[in-house]
Amino acid sequence: MTTALRWTRANLFSTPGNAVLTSSIVLLFVWAVPPVIDWAFLRAVWTGTSRDACVGADVGACWPYIWARAGQIIYGFYPDGERWRVDIVYALGIAGTLWLTLPNIPRKWLGAALMIFAFPVAAYVLLLGGVFGLEAVPTLHWGGLLLTLVVAVVGIAASLPLGILLALGRRSELPVIRWFSVTFIEVWRGVPMITVLFMAANMLPLFLPESLDTDKLFRALVAIAIFNAAYMAEVVRGGLQAIPRGQEEAAKALGLGYWRRMTFVVLPQALKISIPGLVNNMVSMLKDTSLISVIGFLDLLGVIQAGNTDPEWASPNTALTGYLFLAIIYWAACFSLSRYSARLERNLNVGARP
Amino acid sequence: MLRRSVERMAARKSARQYWRSLAWQLAVVAAALLVMAWMAVNAVESLQRQHIASGFDFLNETAGFGILQTSVHYTEESSYGRVLLIGIINTIIVAVISIVLATVLGFLIGIGRLSMNWLVSKVCAAYVETLRNIPLLLQILFWYFGVLEALPYPRNSVRVGEGLFILNNRGLYLPLLQSESGAWLVWGALTIGVAAALALRSWAVRKQMATGVRPATTGMVFGILLGLPALALAATGIPFSLNWPHLDGLNFDGGLHIFPELAALAVALATYTAAYIAETVRAGLQSVSRGQREAAAALGLKPSLAVRLVLIPQAMRVIVPPLASEYLSITKNSSLAIAIGYPELVSVFAGTVLNQTGQAIEVITITMGVYLALSLLTSLLMNWYNSAQAMRGE
Amino acid sequence: MRVLALAALMFAFGMAVASAGTLEQVKARGYLGCGVNEGTPGFSTPDAKGNWTGLDVDYCRGIAAAIFNDKTKVRFTPTASQERFAALQAGQFEVLSRNTTWTMDRDVSLGLEFIGVDFYDGQGFMVPKKLGIKSALELNNAVVCTQTGTTTELNAADFFRTHKMKYKILVYQKEAEYLAAYDMGRCDADTTDKSGLYGDRLRLKNPEDHVVLPETISKEPLGPSVRQGDPRWADLCRWVLFALINAEELGITSKNADAMRNSPSPEIRRLLGKEGAFGRSLGLTDDWAYRIIKQVGNYGEIFERNFGMQTPLKIERGLNNLWTKGGLMYAPPIR
Repeated sequence: MTTALRWTRANLFSTPGNAVLTSSIVLLFVWAVPPVIDWAFLRAVWTGTSRDACVGADVGACWPYIWARAGQIIYGFYPDGERWRVDIVYALGIAGTLWLTLPNIPRKWLGAALMIFAFPVAAYVLLLGGVFGLEAVPTLHWGGLLLTLVVAVVGIAASLPLGILLALGRRSELPVIRWFSVTFIEVWRGVPMITVLFMAANMLPLFLPESLDTDKLFRALVAIAIFNAAYMAEVVRGGLQAIPRGQEEAAKALGLGYWRRMTFVVLPQALKISIPGLVNNMVSMLKDTSLISVIGFLDLLGVIQAGNTDPEWASPNTALTGYLFLAIIYWAACFSLSRYSARLERNLNVGARP
Repeated sequence: MLRRSVERMAARKSARQYWRSLAWQLAVVAAALLVMAWMAVNAVESLQRQHIASGFDFLNETAGFGILQTSVHYTEESSYGRVLLIGIINTIIVAVISIVLATVLGFLIGIGRLSMNWLVSKVCAAYVETLRNIPLLLQILFWYFGVLEALPYPRNSVRVGEGLFILNNRGLYLPLLQSESGAWLVWGALTIGVAAALALRSWAVRKQMATGVRPATTGMVFGILLGLPALALAATGIPFSLNWPHLDGLNFDGGLHIFPELAALAVALATYTAAYIAETVRAGLQSVSRGQREAAAALGLKPSLAVRLVLIPQAMRVIVPPLASEYLSITKNSSLAIAIGYPELVSVFAGTVLNQTGQAIEVITITMGVYLALSLLTSLLMNWYNSAQAMRGE
Repeated sequence: MRVLALAALMFAFGMAVASAGTLEQVKARGYLGCGVNEGTPGFSTPDAKGNWTGLDVDYCRGIAAAIFNDKTKVRFTPTASQERFAALQAGQFEVLSRNTTWTMDRDVSLGLEFIGVDFYDGQGFMVPKKLGIKSALELNNAVVCTQTGTTTELNAADFFRTHKMKYKILVYQKEAEYLAAYDMGRCDADTTDKSGLYGDRLRLKNPEDHVVLPETISKEPLGPSVRQGDPRWADLCRWVLFALINAEELGITSKNADAMRNSPSPEIRRLLGKEGAFGRSLGLTDDWAYRIIKQVGNYGEIFERNFGMQTPLKIERGLNNLWTKGGLMYAPPIR
């Protein structure tokens, strides 16, 4: 009892100024939190089949809207009968991720190999179809969580190798390659992502021949990968700079060529240091996937926005519920990713200050 | 003999290396040129096929549409070039407002995270972790529709006086100070006053350094700062008038009109970026060694003074470079305004003008060029600041 | 050897298909490709299962019925407004039926051919009833919301300038945001094509609280288009549209089509393929129009089904009525 009291004194009311701060924060909470909880849970509607359930003066969040839209939120406009294919991809992805992240599952190398080589092929075949008797599902039927994850995962998987190449190029001794990499990185880092997406949607088709009738999603993915590669490159460059020169010189003295020096000596160390930064980049990428809704894709945000104007459900509470739901989803995903990165940072024992 | 052959081998090896690196570079240049040529050929063909004009002549063509927020003269007869200018100005307006707000908020929260007060540091940490992990676009929409929901219809406007303060869901209306002929004299006097006051202060500081006694200048500073403009005002017969907002047709008109789009965008950008700035500030403060804080305490400085006089000046060296890149992200992120119709560069130029002219290549190149120029400018300023800091540090 | 012969045969067949007309290609492939809007009530909307409905959709079904005697043999490709012409050019589909305004520039310089008008539209305004406005001329100093488009902003600007009224325009990139902003009272009026306004109204919280003003401030004749260079295909598509309109004028509906085949009227007999060989000259069977009307209905039925008073849109026939009833729908005779 006294320890609690002492703790409170020391940590909350040590000075008059602190006492005022503490009390005003408490007051702010008392003023702001109950109405939010009241709206989101206590007065909320939990069941119903249309907007009629959610209109009224003292009605809160409209959760049945989310249940009713669950199919579209998870699968987009993927045909009903084919959704099992998406489920398989989800299951494979979750299994692989667990394999790679949980410390007590053995044979990480096998999991990594499967995730890097087998999973993309399986996912591509399953999602797009058109072979093995699977019905073809064009990308314009993809949406919701499926599209968000495809964009995030493909974006990350494609931008990382490209980013590593650019980082190496930026530190290359060959002036042309160095200047090329510097320009490439700085140009993409200097412009907003939305202009890059506009470029992919409106400008890129002009630069491609008519016969190369590329998918709009494909173009957007290329743009996202290139854009993020520039950011990845800067993180990797930070890692490369942290490796003592002696490492590379020793490898050189052993007679190793450039690519072997990089692949076996420098990069493994540099990437290890860069992991927290890379994961932070991935968090940004995950958040930024929501921008594709601006160029007309129905990702998580796009599906919710489209649903908000559905006459069956449109009500003052519907849109707010949709946005709150999205905020929770994104927050949970990004927060756990950044926690994971913080744990890695501790485990790898980097970033510790002397 | 042996030495010779080793030397020859080394020479051969370095020659081989030389050729090899040359080959690599030539290959990259050739590949880049090939890709560019291929794309150029395709572009020419598709432009012809789709009957899209090319070149920058469209900048002189008449725009024909209206723009919500214009701070320089614009009518429907103005040119697309004028639209570009307005887009850039609107981007800068929202960026500057957000930068000021984000900096204040970010520093408060960053310092708060290191507070001895448990609740304050936890609240600040929760703020950072919440806002950093939700997409900015979602936050912008949330603020926009939140603001619209909260504000009344024009008929039920919140009003103070006839036109002193009018608030409704069309925005905030305030009286606007308008300069008339002769106003430049007042502005000039104000500028001279500020310059003189600054000069006086630096003279006083030098005097203090030399003699240990700071001459009393407060009276003189205020005299110059207020006296000169007052004199100019009196001489020109107060060349200012107030433009009051008044009801015209369906809405208020005149005065200073702050649109809900601008307000929502600025608040969203500021609160979002403040979370990042707070982390930068925290890292900067933590980079100052413990000894500095202890020394400040030993000198009897109160914690608040120690933060202001000892910690922040030293932390600034660590804080400023990432702060600059946060300012740059605010500028770039302001392009998300396209979602809520605030007419900044991307929304009005890369959106509407692109739609009107169809000249995607030119429009997007110009848009990207503007942002690139802005980031180049920031990098230059940053380099200048860093070298100035380095000189002062020694 | 046999493999080689087979390959040669397949090659020859491939060549034949490649050089054949659009109709033969469609027949060989077994379905019609039709480019439609991603989702505009009345013109084309997908339901949760991906089934399409709407005027533009029914028109394509009519073509499929004429060719295959099966209105389901159509594949619909939703296309965004910026990419529609390029997609038609690139051969992603054979007919672009996507509420597209017929303008001179599009007709003569984009390499496509408009085959007629299936909906006479025009830009208008919608306002909340409680504003008490009866005419667009009362919109002085209004805030107008719209979605970014090719001509919408320009038409609105022209209208306000012509009538010397002040206005503020808010342009949103996406439908969802602009509808939400209008619904929350950010603007006094919503402007787009009138058919679009009726569609927008459906998606407001209280559709009955909003009214579409009578003024029409632009001419927007909407119609299907095809690629230039295959006049036979263009003829076929044009006459499917004319058959729909003529059928309404002659009183033939999907319900009485069978009975009407025995009608003594020569006009009806020609349309339904009982007299003459009009279908054959299109490369179809002579009962082509009968198939269309039997399976899809006449123009009036299609209009009522997608826009009429029984639908949530509740749009009057107005200009889209037959010429005999004060509208503009007029088709050349079949003879």
